[in-house]
Amino acid sequence: MNRYPLWKYIVIVVALIVATIYTLPNFFGETPAVQISSSRQSIPVDTALMGRIEDALKANKLTPDGMYLDGSSLKVRFKDTDTQIKARDVIQQTLGDNYIIALNLLAASPTWMSQIKANPMFLGLDLRGGVHFLLQVDMKAALDKTMERYSGDIRRELKNKQVRYGTITRAGNTLVLQLRDKETLNNAADIIARQLPTLTQNSDDTSYKLTLTLKPEEITRLQSDAVKQNITTLHNRVNELGVAEPIIQQAGADRIVVQLPGVQDTAKAKDILGRTATLEVRMVEDDPAKMAEAMAGNVPVGYDLLDELTPRGPTKILVKKDVELTGDNINDAQPGFDQNGAPAVNINLDSAGASIFRQVTGENIGKRMAMILVEKGKSEVVTAPVIRSEIGGGRVEISGSMNAAEANDVALLLRAGSLAAPMQIIEERTIGPSLGKDNIDKGFHSTMWGFAAIAVFMFIYYRVFGVISALSLGCNLLFLVAILSMLQATLTLPGIAAIALTLGMAIDSNVLINERIREELRHGFPPASAIQAGYQHAWATIIDSNVTSLIAGLALLIFGSGPVRGFAVVHCLGILTSMFSSVFVSRGLVNLWYGRKRRLASISIGQIWKPQQ
Amino acid sequence: MEFFRIKRDIPFMSYGRLTTTISLVTFVLAVVFLVIRGLNFSVEFTGGTVLEVQYAQAAELSDVRHRLDKLGMGDVAVQNLGTSRDVMIRLPNKGNRSSAQLSEQVMQYLKDGNTQVDLRKVEFIGPQVGQELVTHGLTAVILVCIGIMIYLAVRFEWRFAVAAIIANMHDVVIILGCFAFFQWEFSLTVLAGVLAVLGYSVNESVVVFDRIRENFRKPAMRGKTVAQVIDNAITSTMSRTIITHGSTEAMVLSMLIFGGAALHGFATALTIGIIFGIYSSVLVASPIVMWLGLSRENLIKPPKQKQEAVV
Repeated sequence: MNRYPLWKYIVIVVALIVATIYTLPNFFGETPAVQISSSRQSIPVDTALMGRIEDALKANKLTPDGMYLDGSSLKVRFKDTDTQIKARDVIQQTLGDNYIIALNLLAASPTWMSQIKANPMFLGLDLRGGVHFLLQVDMKAALDKTMERYSGDIRRELKNKQVRYGTITRAGNTLVLQLRDKETLNNAADIIARQLPTLTQNSDDTSYKLTLTLKPEEITRLQSDAVKQNITTLHNRVNELGVAEPIIQQAGADRIVVQLPGVQDTAKAKDILGRTATLEVRMVEDDPAKMAEAMAGNVPVGYDLLDELTPRGPTKILVKKDVELTGDNINDAQPGFDQNGAPAVNINLDSAGASIFRQVTGENIGKRMAMILVEKGKSEVVTAPVIRSEIGGGRVEISGSMNAAEANDVALLLRAGSLAAPMQIIEERTIGPSLGKDNIDKGFHSTMWGFAAIAVFMFIYYRVFGVISALSLGCNLLFLVAILSMLQATLTLPGIAAIALTLGMAIDSNVLINERIREELRHGFPPASAIQAGYQHAWATIIDSNVTSLIAGLALLIFGSGPVRGFAVVHCLGILTSMFSSVFVSRGLVNLWYGRKRRLASISIGQIWKPQQ
Repeated sequence: MEFFRIKRDIPFMSYGRLTTTISLVTFVLAVVFLVIRGLNFSVEFTGGTVLEVQYAQAAELSDVRHRLDKLGMGDVAVQNLGTSRDVMIRLPNKGNRSSAQLSEQVMQYLKDGNTQVDLRKVEFIGPQVGQELVTHGLTAVILVCIGIMIYLAVRFEWRFAVAAIIANMHDVVIILGCFAFFQWEFSLTVLAGVLAVLGYSVNESVVVFDRIRENFRKPAMRGKTVAQVIDNAITSTMSRTIITHGSTEAMVLSMLIFGGAALHGFATALTIGIIFGIYSSVLVASPIVMWLGLSRENLIKPPKQKQEAVV
């Protein structure tokens, strides 16, 4: 009666093997490494790059311990931090500015383990040290900017179609357009409906007022775009810090979390995150004589020799010092396609920008104009297209000789010239690396001693059944750590506390079972059926009590933030693994130990005391 | 070994009036402390900047305070954190100085005159975040209560659901009362602990309720009064109750001893929660179930009467 069919044992053994494999990487420690990733989509990190780095390292007599491509980044391991730092410098010199080169620590587990995605748990900032920021995106400013753009667009459209209008006034998210009579009102309404379909119209026939409101779906789109835009801009800036595994995520509707593990200098991090880049449009000088002079190191007065970012690496380009237009006049830049279906970048200018642009392009047909990103006092030419005709209306399309990835890069860089909306830091945490180390030790010791105390007590009180309970509790810990490693969940100090607490609570199931078996024995059941009845009766109670715990855990998961969520994730997973290990696995062990015997005379579950009748 | 050698069922229900009175008094006291003293919310809720620094030698707190007077921030709290070398400094949200500048300035003042001091941790929380945490925390508590009540009402009976929630809230309020009375810091981790107690303490009630239901179904229990049935249920689960909670408490104590300052509040909340959890589920939840008018028929569906032919 106390026998498991073979498949149940197989399930247990397989689960244990898998769990052990996925838990193991946590014990191998870490080795220093250099991580190389591309700062632009159009510049790939591939085997060719790997070869270049290999050669460069060989030339400098540095031998890497291993090198592999991981998604979009290349990781090179080294024996010690000394070689790591030397290698970083060598790689930086070889590759130049188009790559992000960061120092990192990689799990020292064998390669076959990383190949089956058996990686150590991801440690939270409170365990590894680093900086955490919570940024709030100022949505009002983003909306203001959009409404400004709309009123400019309306002015331009009406002027082009020669519809006379009075004033445009803005109140929050609505624009009110004053017209002189019914005819112009209808004309204006028609034009706006055709050109700007994202506005809802409401016309008043008696006072000839046209009220325009942004459609709600347009507002949501704007907000999510603003956050996305800020996230990409932040990514670019964080890359410059050389952080190996930055986390930049949207949190809620209008917030962004930035976590920089290992960074200690908050002031510098903040400086870089909060920096504003500007975009300048300047004319290119293609006169070969002047160019030759500049290349010889003698840049003519009134000109700058700048780097142009091309997929084939930076090339030199000579531009005039006069700034024709700045990023302030750019409302938006998006990758798209031209009439022939070739990748293009679409730029939207505001009304002031549009009229300047018309003038500049009109005067310089056939010449090139450069779009320059100025950041941290350093100027780079993002793109330098040839002007084919005069461009009015504020809609500019740059196309030709670029693929979709490049168009994406250019649009991103142009947008970076003007953040979609200002941001404000509303939460900041810095955790020193020594504190992180302390926290790991403390969490580990708490769990270890608590576990030991429980195991010793269980053994003394329940004997063989106590050993089985402690073993299944150990399995529970193994499963929990394995699942956390598999999910690559972030382990924090509250997470470790949750592991400890979950173990402390999981033993409840085994106590329930053991007490129930004792009770059945007290009532005079033979041992074999006492085991059977004990497990059976305890099961209903175990389900009920675990489900109620799970309800609490899920609510924490949904409504918790920060440390509470870290706690809840582990707690919920722990409840699930505990049901498996304390019932299924422990029963397996009991069956293995006692189930083989044909006649079970007694079982070792501690002393059974019977009241004298 | 057997700890509990109980010959007869202990008549818990006859003490019901006494135990619930004790509960009521502690509950009212807890509420009074919560109202009068209030919780000592951590910076996560109130907003502000917290720095944790470590000195090479034992730190002189008055000296630290004196040095920080130069900041002109007014209300600066300085206290030891665990050891005499670790110091926690709490600064209010004031002006538009960014926390990075602020922490640099603080460290500069502290390091004046070659004092060996290390910055271990900085935390800055803007005023927007705190309010949200409070609302989210309350929503979580309410949702947990509703979820558990629905589950218990479906699995058992509405009387059990009501009794379990009353017992549970009683535990939570008492934990909060203790934190208010001793003015211990109430942080997010403590909140996690309190919410964990909510799930944990209901476990205890569920185990007893399960036994009560089972007892009603037993032929041997037929003819016994409701109070006797409940007494038997509590007595027979007693051993399990003590051992389970003892084990959990061993783990929590281990956190209290080895976990350091970061886990201290969490472990304290759980310790109080476990002690009152046992008490309330045995001596508060069960009497309430009885007073709500539980009877055998509530749990055992009457057998369907056969349809007889009627002329």
